[in-house]
Amino acid sequence: MDSATISMRQMETVDSGRTISPTETPRAVLTCDDVSIYYGSFRAVNEVSMDIGLHEITALIGPSGCGKSTVLRSLNRMNDLIPGTKVTGTISYHGIDIYGKDVDPIEVRRRIGMVFQKPNPFPKSIYDNVAYGPRVTGMKVDSMDDLVEKALRGAALWGEVKDKLKQSAYGLSGGQQQRLCIARTIAVQPEIILMDEPCSALDPIATARIEDLMLELKEKYTIVIVTHNMQQAARVADRTAFFTAEAAEGNGDRTGHLVEFDLTTKIFSNPSDSRTEDYISGRFG
Amino acid sequence: MSTTMQSAGPSRQGGLRPSSAPVTLRSANPRYGEKVLLGFLMLAAAVSILTTVGIVLSLIFPAIAFFREVSIGEFLTSTSWTPRFADKNYGVLPLITGTAWTTAIALAVAIPLGLGAAIYLSEYATPRVRKIFKPVLELLAGVPSVVYGLFAVAFVGPVILKGWFGIGVGTYSVLAAGLVLGIMIIPTVASLAEDAMTAVPRSLREASYGLGSNRMRTVLRVVFPAAISGIAASIVLALSRAVGETMIVAMGAGSQARMVAAPTEEGQTMTGFIAAAALGDSVQGTTDYNTLFAVGLTLFVITLLINLVSIKLVNRFREVY
Ligand SMILES: Nc1ncnc2c1ncn2[C@@H]1O[C@H](COP(=O)(O)OP(=O)(O)O)[C@@H](O)[C@H]1O
Ligand SMILES: [Mg+2]
Repeated sequence: MDSATISMRQMETVDSGRTISPTETPRAVLTCDDVSIYYGSFRAVNEVSMDIGLHEITALIGPSGCGKSTVLRSLNRMNDLIPGTKVTGTISYHGIDIYGKDVDPIEVRRRIGMVFQKPNPFPKSIYDNVAYGPRVTGMKVDSMDDLVEKALRGAALWGEVKDKLKQSAYGLSGGQQQRLCIARTIAVQPEIILMDEPCSALDPIATARIEDLMLELKEKYTIVIVTHNMQQAARVADRTAFFTAEAAEGNGDRTGHLVEFDLTTKIFSNPSDSRTEDYISGRFG
Repeated sequence: MSTTMQSAGPSRQGGLRPSSAPVTLRSANPRYGEKVLLGFLMLAAAVSILTTVGIVLSLIFPAIAFFREVSIGEFLTSTSWTPRFADKNYGVLPLITGTAWTTAIALAVAIPLGLGAAIYLSEYATPRVRKIFKPVLELLAGVPSVVYGLFAVAFVGPVILKGWFGIGVGTYSVLAAGLVLGIMIIPTVASLAEDAMTAVPRSLREASYGLGSNRMRTVLRVVFPAAISGIAASIVLALSRAVGETMIVAMGAGSQARMVAAPTEEGQTMTGFIAAAALGDSVQGTTDYNTLFAVGLTLFVITLLINLVSIKLVNRFREVY
């Protein structure tokens, strides 16, 4: 059933005239090499190596606590904000080590945006939410109105909010708020969008809209999504990374690591690791 | 219907019968303690309301007696305050200018420094620094104001203003008193504003950083507006304290009630007058005596107005998260 869904989605993309099947090896825009991530002395994630392909959707799946969010947040240095985090190994963006000496994390986050689990619009108007990023990053814009409209259209929200741009974002439904957060993110024109379980607080209809949106967005952006919903990964992702957490030798801390990373079709139809198979068939996690 | 269920009744779908164990939903104990406690809490609430009412009434009656002798028009417009002289004038404006100067100077000191400290503590300081800094700040709020007053007279006026900066102030000036008053209310602003900013959800900060914002812009455009009602409350409280503070201004600003035109001048505040005059030998029922209450009532009304206006302002500008 999963693979059927996937091929249907892929046919839709064929119709819209884009190349469909991701190449065997991704055209990497973001590369992780032996990345380990620590909270203080606790190693949350151990030696992850994976490539994020340009204009692809990459899904990170796995049982909760295996470090998916931790890995995702390391990709745009969001975890810098948590005191005591440390990243070893290399994460490079177009070949540049984003943890390098003369790299400004603010510049990294402008190019690699983030959408969070719980919709978190600012307590401002819909318009000001979208305009916030361009304003604070000092983007040169000819017309903020046009930019806001474009971003809201990009997030498939324009029709619903065009008459109430000056109203508080808190008047929107959860699903609309999440699309507003996506609009806000694309307003700064990032290259990559990271999404941490963006649908987990939404109902199935709102979820379906966001999934459709992701498939549209991937024409222009590269998307990395964390999800605990395997059907979601199967529906939207080109590639899927399966993580799990196992107790390290010596102590009881569970350290997350990457078990298998491959084309989504392969992961869901013919995984090479038995743990992946157990997880996706629901025997574990 | 009795609280024990014994009869099984007609057989229900699923075939489960209610267990026949006796059930009671009555409270196991009468909880007298809770009732006593509730009584005490209501009494406490009543006492605090009644005392406020009592204070207002005790201000109002002598004040009414005062305004039978002195017209409200003279009280509010005359620029001379000489209730103790042979030629008596009862214009409260000089006292109001004294209070206005000391309060304005105090806020000019306390708002930037207090908010600066709050921003530093909530957004920049490491948890360790914050752990040390905050109690120290709150300790500062506990220094008796007479000590601050001494500081104003002995040090800020003669040494700092005159000695270091060469500003022509006498022993007493609204400038010295206002500066010290400002220092006294810094902790009020800093501590409350910091609480308000710390209460802003982390998710909003993350949203801002995730869009490529830096720390300063995140503070100024997200945290600050979201915390504005708490921040405004901190300033209003500080303002009320500055208006009502007595010891510092009585010691530092002087005791001449005059229209204060420049910060280097000396002047008397409303509180300063009440403190000085209440120590005198006014006999109850005399105009002298009633004057105190007229000024006290004025002070009360001003403070009330400040609070009402600021509540209105805050409701207009706040961002709800
Ligand atoms: N801020 C933090 N400080 C300390 N440990 C953390 C923090 N965030 C996550 N962890 C730990 O790191 C591990 C991975 O967490 P996380 O990345 O949130 O997992 P997932 O997103 O897969 O559920 C967990 O053991 C979690 O307890
Ligand atoms: Mg997570």
